[in-house]
Amino acid sequence: MAPDTASDIPVRPAGEARGGLGRFLRWDVLVTALLIAVFLAGSAGSDGFATIDNLSFALGDLGEIALIALAMTMLVVAAEVDLSVASVLGLSSALIGALWDGGWAIEAIIPLVVVVGMVCGLINGLLVTRLGLPSLAVTIGTLALYRGLAYVVLGDKAVAEFPANYVSLAVDDVPGTPIPYPVALFAVLAVITGIVLHATGFGRSLFAIGAQEEAAFFAGIRVKRIKLLLFVLSGTVAAFAGVVFTLRYGSARADNGMGIELAVIAAVLLGGVDFDGGKGTLGGVIAGVLLIGLLRNLLMLNDVATEIQSIVTGLLLIISVLTPRLAAIVRQRRRAPAL
Amino acid sequence: MSETGASRPIIALKDVTKSFGAVSALRGVSLELYAGEAHALAGENGAGKSTLVKTLAGVHRPDSGTVLLHGEPVVFHGPADAQAAGVAVIYQEPTLFPDLSVAENIFMGRQPRAGLGRIDRRAMRAETAALFQRLGVGLAPDQPARGLSIADQQLVEIAKALSRDARVLIMDEPTAALSGNEVDRLFGVVEALRAQGCAVLFISHRLDEIFRLCQRVTTLRDGAWIASEPVEGLTHDDLIRRMVGRELDALYPKQDTTPGEVALKVERLTREGVFTDVSFEVRRGEIAALAGLVGAGRSEVARAIFGIDRFDAGKVTVNGRELPPGSPTAAMGAGLALVPEDRRQQGLVMDMSIERNIGLTGLAALRRGPVISRAAERDRARDWALKLRLKFARLNDGVGVLSGGNQQKVVLAKWLAIGPSVLIVDEPTRGIDVGTKAEVHRLLSELAGQGMAVLMISSDLPEVLGMADRVLVMHEGRITAEIPRERATEESVMAAATGRAAA
Ligand SMILES: Nc1ncnc2c1ncn2[C@@H]1O[C@H](COP(=O)(O)OP(=O)(O)OP(=O)(O)O)[C@@H](O)[C@H]1O
Ligand SMILES: [Mg+2]
Repeated sequence: MAPDTASDIPVRPAGEARGGLGRFLRWDVLVTALLIAVFLAGSAGSDGFATIDNLSFALGDLGEIALIALAMTMLVVAAEVDLSVASVLGLSSALIGALWDGGWAIEAIIPLVVVVGMVCGLINGLLVTRLGLPSLAVTIGTLALYRGLAYVVLGDKAVAEFPANYVSLAVDDVPGTPIPYPVALFAVLAVITGIVLHATGFGRSLFAIGAQEEAAFFAGIRVKRIKLLLFVLSGTVAAFAGVVFTLRYGSARADNGMGIELAVIAAVLLGGVDFDGGKGTLGGVIAGVLLIGLLRNLLMLNDVATEIQSIVTGLLLIISVLTPRLAAIVRQRRRAPAL
Repeated sequence: MSETGASRPIIALKDVTKSFGAVSALRGVSLELYAGEAHALAGENGAGKSTLVKTLAGVHRPDSGTVLLHGEPVVFHGPADAQAAGVAVIYQEPTLFPDLSVAENIFMGRQPRAGLGRIDRRAMRAETAALFQRLGVGLAPDQPARGLSIADQQLVEIAKALSRDARVLIMDEPTAALSGNEVDRLFGVVEALRAQGCAVLFISHRLDEIFRLCQRVTTLRDGAWIASEPVEGLTHDDLIRRMVGRELDALYPKQDTTPGEVALKVERLTREGVFTDVSFEVRRGEIAALAGLVGAGRSEVARAIFGIDRFDAGKVTVNGRELPPGSPTAAMGAGLALVPEDRRQQGLVMDMSIERNIGLTGLAALRRGPVISRAAERDRARDWALKLRLKFARLNDGVGVLSGGNQQKVVLAKWLAIGPSVLIVDEPTRGIDVGTKAEVHRLLSELAGQGMAVLMISSDLPEVLGMADRVLVMHEGRITAEIPRERATEESVMAAATGRAAA
């Protein structure tokens, strides 16, 4: 019972090469091209941009968004979304602050906040899978809830002075390279996520669930369990990103990372993952993440106000949702006029 | 030429060709539909029937050739143009809006109006009820379309087409999921329309129906026009030869087997308001059929056994192991497979390729280390594509571009590939052509011969009688009869199915 009359017109599976010109119209290729264009334009336009130092900084500044984007990609491929990630990050940061203030050892704090993130994700997941609520609504709710908890935990205090050896793990480069540790971690995790998503049975299940949940369930795929796992993963990664964020800025605050869920989702959608699920590549998402990072960096270098940065993120989000739709409509018009 | 003597066809195709990339779906096909005549379109899966239908419906525009309306060339720019010209179409795959009521679906886009432009719901409901009465459909107009069985969806589509004052009625396999009663009603309505001067185009893989309903038949093979001729004087074999281009072996090649131990045991299964106290066994080597009218609860029982739906009471045992309720994964682990009735929603992931769909049931089996072996996946798909004579261009094409019958083959392949010990098939040959039907029957028979237990749900009575060792008949959610092969006849099964006989 497909709700659109266009359902008689078969769609091509995602990621399949069209051959000829069509191949260059693939979204992830397009984004990569755009990425290169922005890079070149940036190098020409601002002096400080194309330096190793700046790029290394830009990458590091992207760390949390990039990490969260990995888990978010899997969720969106499975046609779910987690908007509470930034709040989990904030809650994680606030907890670190409170516990550190309370004299806990950092070695105990880090595992604890990661477990709290896991529980946050579990709550999202249970609400979605057990009660059958839409994840968009559930995680808007927990977005407010978890951020509220963060304020309960730490108020509007800021806690600082974390142990130098931990801070340096969040800030320093891997020796002999210009790559900050969190980015190196991201690279490793990205490879693993790429393999999981595109080469394992688990990844196949995610695409099947996102494209046609009922058929996936009929094929014996444990739809609910998998979704639950994805939410737990998302919460866990967000809490860990909170650790990185806190150490990197050397400051634990309840409002840390406010609003970065939008940057994450913009990166994922910009990377060509279909918000309706079932389509997308991790390669595209990485290009999307880098593109967002470069743009943010360029705006910062040129002293553009943060409001404008937010406008740019918003526009990118809309463009990345809109463009594929428009392309699909144009394609359909050409095939079957005036449906 | 036609019975009513109208000399000019209402609508016609002349030398129409249509290609999709490298596939030529229609090559120089001509067809004329006359007022008061029911015209059958025959051909194997992928012969181009649905493509022809969509050309008449304005969904596709021919690459070359013309559509003629009352002898004048026309160009339909979309389905709206065709509808305006009086063409009503029942497509092969129902496309209802799941969140709208049945009545809203039927009147989509042309709702009756009351004052101030409001939708006149009462009129809509009344008209829907009247239509259902005519068709003998037991659905409530206010019922949402979500959750309707394929057969009911098809009935709603039929009502939708009939509710338009059509001068040309095109039906692409409207009966594929219907059982005898509904088909009789449908044919009654179509006969009445025909008597009023409507032109009818009818597609079905059940040849009997063509002979019953139609006066002329056009045959397509691989997109090419083979013949247009009167049905009278034609035999089944003639028609099959035109479609297939060769003689066909037995349609029901049932091997005799001696049933082994019990493989599937269902005890007192009950789901409130759906089915009650259903108990039966299927033994290894045996094909048991679950017969009954549309709505008797057959598919629902199958879904509960496989763990799709939960049940309120009872027990399912596979090879001596009791299945936990509500877990298809556990059911598969115990050796159970279910070929579901709705291929587009339940059977296939339409956006995925042929090979990935076939691989989806075997993600664990296709693993080499942590990753899926593409080669193993492709081999599995190719193997079954050949066995089932799937018509495809490339295995990594999306299943969406396959013809309806070929999609059904992919669903079968996907489930047979796991090598189940108990196979439940819900309308296994829905939309499959005669040639392949025979293949599927041979395959089921062979698999049973090798010790598989098969539970077959089918609305096609000849198929039930031809293939089953034992026929279980359901009526209104209960099993009303169990009839062994020797005593299974059309009368005995229909009597039980309509509740006229006690077990
Ligand atoms: N939109 C499309 N894109 C690509 N190929 C298509 C498309 N539609 C149909 N085809 C191909 O055209 C051929 C004819 O398909 P069609 O659906 O007309 O067959 P059919 O006679 O209706 O078969 P069935 O009895 O199985 O319904 C098939 O090979 C099919 O794969
Ligand atoms: Mg067809």
